[in-house]
Amino acid sequence: MKSKLLWLLALFSPALLFAEDKLDTGDTAWMMVSTAVVLLMTPAGLALFYGGMTRAKNVLNTYAMVVGAFVVAFVAWIFAGYSIAFGTNESAALQTFFGGFNHIFLEGISWKDLSGTYPTYVFIVFQGTFAAITVAIASGSVIERMKFSTWLVFVAIWTIFVYAPITHMVWGGDGALLFDAGALDFAGGTVVHMNGGLAGLVLAILVGRRVGLNKTAMKPMSIMLTALGAALLWFGWFGFNGGSAFGANSIAGLAFLTTALAPSVAAITWMLLEYMTYKKITLLGAVSGIVAGLVAITPAAGFVDVSGSMIMGVVGSIVAFYGVIGLKKKLGYDDSLDAFGIHFLAGLWGALAVAFLAVKDNDLLWDGPLKESGDRIGQFLVQVESVVVVGIFTLIGTVVVYYIAMLLTGGARVDEETETRGLDEAVHGEKVLNL
Amino acid sequence: MKKIEVIIKPFKLEDVKDALADLGITGMTVTDVKGYGRQQGHSELYRGAEYIVDFVAKTKLDLIIKDEDLDTVTKAIVESAKTGKIGDGKIFVSSIEETIRIRTGETGNEAI
Repeated sequence: MKSKLLWLLALFSPALLFAEDKLDTGDTAWMMVSTAVVLLMTPAGLALFYGGMTRAKNVLNTYAMVVGAFVVAFVAWIFAGYSIAFGTNESAALQTFFGGFNHIFLEGISWKDLSGTYPTYVFIVFQGTFAAITVAIASGSVIERMKFSTWLVFVAIWTIFVYAPITHMVWGGDGALLFDAGALDFAGGTVVHMNGGLAGLVLAILVGRRVGLNKTAMKPMSIMLTALGAALLWFGWFGFNGGSAFGANSIAGLAFLTTALAPSVAAITWMLLEYMTYKKITLLGAVSGIVAGLVAITPAAGFVDVSGSMIMGVVGSIVAFYGVIGLKKKLGYDDSLDAFGIHFLAGLWGALAVAFLAVKDNDLLWDGPLKESGDRIGQFLVQVESVVVVGIFTLIGTVVVYYIAMLLTGGARVDEETETRGLDEAVHGEKVLNL
Repeated sequence: MKKIEVIIKPFKLEDVKDALADLGITGMTVTDVKGYGRQQGHSELYRGAEYIVDFVAKTKLDLIIKDEDLDTVTKAIVESAKTGKIGDGKIFVSSIEETIRIRTGETGNEAI
């Protein structure tokens, strides 16, 4: 309807065809709402999801790591992250990887500027919430032992030098490596979930295992908080995926459907897997399935149909279940809250599978082999390229940033006494419950 | 006088209390306890990590009764606390030498 009206208008006034971007109130309202609900995903959704799974003596530390990640990452985003991710570099060679420093502290961007049909400032905040949740995801791998100071320094540097370049490569516009290659990543399967999940695994290996792992019972404080966190994540994900359509439009509507369907199917899958393996269905399992399904559908939310989103959910759940139950035990790393098992593995599956599950509808697809010639194998190779590039960049970047943060703060890990007493009391001087 | 210590399943507390009240038992002490017997513990499962919980929550009742009430009281407890499944609990009986009511100084059966 709207596009028809615009077309009619354009007929009568050809000038409109070349008119500057015009603000659309519907799109602006939707992007603002999306941004606000995506924000809620971190300091409420992810923080409760992780906090509930932590032992009672470390709940506040876990929560603080997530909230701290959000605030530090957001400031880092405004400082240089946005500029590197979405700026345009004059040098074509650098533009491949890096947007440059033209917009430090949003230099050169005015409140009147538009990003398509809504204010650029809204776009910047929307993307800032993505940057913040990405690094916050990694915290789940190193809870109960990493120093809070090291973590915050890590967050600041990582957001600027790892998250922002990866975002630039995938979403940075013409000239950016994976954008030019035609990689499909609707809302951040590679950029957010693989990236944050892999960073988590690298940190878990570098920081080491928790004292007493596999010897003492490490029981979660409250699965109910985790379930509430998962519900808030799911709610926020409608903004995450729906907002990645960048307007109040039909693609956002498609993303809504897939964001509701894939996690539901994934949760059912996880429950069945648990029943077959342990003869018990747990609430923690059900909500883990929801998150795995959300992660899996993220790169494909606006590209797939009903059957595609169901396959995304089922396989995403199977892959994450295996990561959490099998792979972790086999390899012996202490990815405490399964950032790698759920976010990396389900994100990896989604990023690769989108090549085969995306519908061939050129109004939905982005430029790439699939859109141009229906070449799914070609699209798959581009997806593999993006997974490999993001994986290697995150791997190396995270190791480097970890050691810098460790040097700056004099060691990355709390001492054993603090770890045994619990970080809430020893580090923060607070207790989760005073009865 | 006899002292009866009873370990029961927590959800049976109301039934046992009502059965004892019907017999005219005027007082008891109730404690939440943890332990294990033949029932053993149970397991908790979190994302595939299985934890064995060795101790099961139980409720313990202590009451002092007259010698002649022993049979009716223990019978009432067995009837009201029984589910027929493992873990129903136990009753321990022992003799008491003296009972004194602090407020009045009464002793023996008068003080119960």
